[in-house]
Amino acid sequence: MAKLENREALKNLRNSLQAKFQDSKKKLISLCAGSGCGAYGTAKVYEKLMEELAEQGLENEVEVKLSGCHGFCEKGPIMVIHPEGIFYPQVQEEHIPEIVEHTVKNGELVKSLIFKDPATKKKITHEKDVPFYKLQKRIIFGNNGVIDPTEIQDYLSVGGYAALEKALFDMSPEKIIDEVKESGLRGRGGGGFSTGIKWASCRKHEGERYVICNADEGDPGAYMDRSLLEGNPHSILEGMIIGAWAIGSNEGYVYVRHEYPLAVKNFSMALESARELGLLGKNILGTGFDFDIFISRGGGAFVCGESTALMASLEGNPGLPRAKYIHTVEKGFRQNPSLLNNVETWANVPVIINNGADWYASIGTQGSKGTKIFSLVGKVMNTGLVEVPMGTSLRTIIFDIGGGILKKKKFKAVQTGGPSGGCIPEKYLDLGIDFDELTKVGSMMGSGGMIVMDQDTCMVDISRYFVEFLKDESCGQCNPCREGLKQMLDILDRICEGNGREGDIELLEELGGMMQKFSLCGLGTSAPNPVLSTIRYFRDEYVAHIRDKKCPAGVCKPLFYYEIDPELCNGCTLCAKRCPEEAITGKKKEPHELNQDKCIKCGICYDVCKFNAVAIK
Amino acid sequence: MVPKDKGLMSMEHFVEIDWQQVDEIIEKYNGNREALLMIMQDISDIYNYVPPDVVPVLVNKLGVKESLVYRVATFYKTISLEPRGKYIVNVCTGTACHVRGADKIMDALEDHLNIKQGQTTDDLLFTLQGVRCVGCCASGPVITVNQKTHGGLDRASALETVKSYD
Repeated sequence: MAKLENREALKNLRNSLQAKFQDSKKKLISLCAGSGCGAYGTAKVYEKLMEELAEQGLENEVEVKLSGCHGFCEKGPIMVIHPEGIFYPQVQEEHIPEIVEHTVKNGELVKSLIFKDPATKKKITHEKDVPFYKLQKRIIFGNNGVIDPTEIQDYLSVGGYAALEKALFDMSPEKIIDEVKESGLRGRGGGGFSTGIKWASCRKHEGERYVICNADEGDPGAYMDRSLLEGNPHSILEGMIIGAWAIGSNEGYVYVRHEYPLAVKNFSMALESARELGLLGKNILGTGFDFDIFISRGGGAFVCGESTALMASLEGNPGLPRAKYIHTVEKGFRQNPSLLNNVETWANVPVIINNGADWYASIGTQGSKGTKIFSLVGKVMNTGLVEVPMGTSLRTIIFDIGGGILKKKKFKAVQTGGPSGGCIPEKYLDLGIDFDELTKVGSMMGSGGMIVMDQDTCMVDISRYFVEFLKDESCGQCNPCREGLKQMLDILDRICEGNGREGDIELLEELGGMMQKFSLCGLGTSAPNPVLSTIRYFRDEYVAHIRDKKCPAGVCKPLFYYEIDPELCNGCTLCAKRCPEEAITGKKKEPHELNQDKCIKCGICYDVCKFNAVAIK
Repeated sequence: MVPKDKGLMSMEHFVEIDWQQVDEIIEKYNGNREALLMIMQDISDIYNYVPPDVVPVLVNKLGVKESLVYRVATFYKTISLEPRGKYIVNVCTGTACHVRGADKIMDALEDHLNIKQGQTTDDLLFTLQGVRCVGCCASGPVITVNQKTHGGLDRASALETVKSYD
């Protein structure tokens, strides 16, 4: 495509693409090619679909789009057929002939493929009526399902780069910063600092200013940044160009995990096409403003999500954080003023510029504005990415959108904020979540991971899991974090092995307090959170491990055993057939027995029994 | 190709480094020392590890200290200085996969491949690693084999998946 020389050229191109998009009578099949659906086999489905369309001579009448993540990853691969918005989840190769024959050709539904809501058992035909989507407010994430992330025209056809145009030609840099400030946007990467104030203070400092996008999404269980990078890279890019213009920067960096190959690929393509159109590079749209962005791939170190560590890594060094006596907005990357924001924060910027600060500030709570994308995962029925206004209750997210707990088990806790966050128990389910409320209950927003846990999750094991993770990821510079985590892990290990001692809980609390006070960086000061929050809300589980030598959830192997309840067992023989150690014996239609000497506590019998006859003791 | 009976230590003698390709990679980043990690990742994509013979070249062309190359190589998880298998099997041990039983999959694969996590099979076919979240949390438990992701696994299907690469 030809380079756009000025405002008019951009406007004309966008208008014509928008009109074409709205008037299109063509049938459009949107097939999710995000990483989640990809893991369930999108590639094969796509191949078959193209083959089938060609065979039926429909390839010119139907447009097929490989879109970014739709969010409902549990049910992948997801297919939506427009303009009707017919929703087919879990599409496999063998379904394609039926879909093409009935739905594409004749506009009829393939009944066997229609989505059945697991909560109500009702069949739901259209995407917009699926409860998972219905209760969301997808101002950031919404376009993922309708655009092809590798085509800049697609982004333009849904109004893309209108905010950039407005920012460059109708607003002064000061006005842009004020707008972002007034919108109340707070950093989506974890800290929750006011984005506008950060921009203003970076602009104040003299030097070669840099704009950086933190796409080092390291929180295990959170993947909204990945999905945005893969599914709508231009929205992030547009935000960064606006940010660069506002603070006066000519060079930007995206620091993205090497483990996210599709994100790297799609973002690189977005950069190339933006350069081609003249939205990046020299003299952008004839304004005289020069700006370009480069990609840097991180090497899988959790600590590099911390701003100073990330900048050290960008400079080609090991990602070691430093004390922040001097903030990175003053001296960051290459000792110059650096503006670092998270992926989702950048994607919020065009929305704010387009709709205005007042509109944006009308969404959310007193202290936290706008929406937040959460990755709802773990033991919940509908897993996926959920975008809701700040202040939405945990109950709405987990039970209404998420459809409740898997296999009708009992909810125990939800872990938010990744390894730096905490576990929130049932009594706070009606908490409206925003930055401040989560901190009050001992957790934090973090980047928005939300891991649901049920009765079968052991809280001591979970806290051990996080401490082990953090011990591996600690950079080792400061004593409190390096040694504190090691000591914590030793204690938790012995508790989980059945060698816990009286006083261990108090010792963990003492260690945790020390680390919070004296660690060098955010990783260390927040590292004890998973331990302290589980002690705060699930102290009885710790006591059961230490005093009674029992793991009530049946996770810590030395602390429980399985037993078959002869009252409930009807002798279906399923467990005996599946047991890898042949530890279960019994006659058909008679209660079975489990030989404790042979049992390796793998849990298969517990999982397969349909009559709850296998009990944890 | 590497003969099957050759052990891990003898591997180094069999890696023929294409020096021109290494030069091209360094050139791609304009010999910028800030790109040290990415250069090593690109080399690693070819050989599945960073052959130590490459280190002096990096020192020379990028103008960095040898100690920095080793510090960077050992700090970041994506870099290995030891040969790894043709297929790198990453078992996601992120929180979402953990609560859905990732450790059981790891156990099963350790058993099947007869190695512990972090190790490589003698025939240099598989390296088994635990990785902290590949960002497919809704499809957990997940494993990746090289760049391909396999989701919604249990013990049996994880074994089948790995066997399909055999």
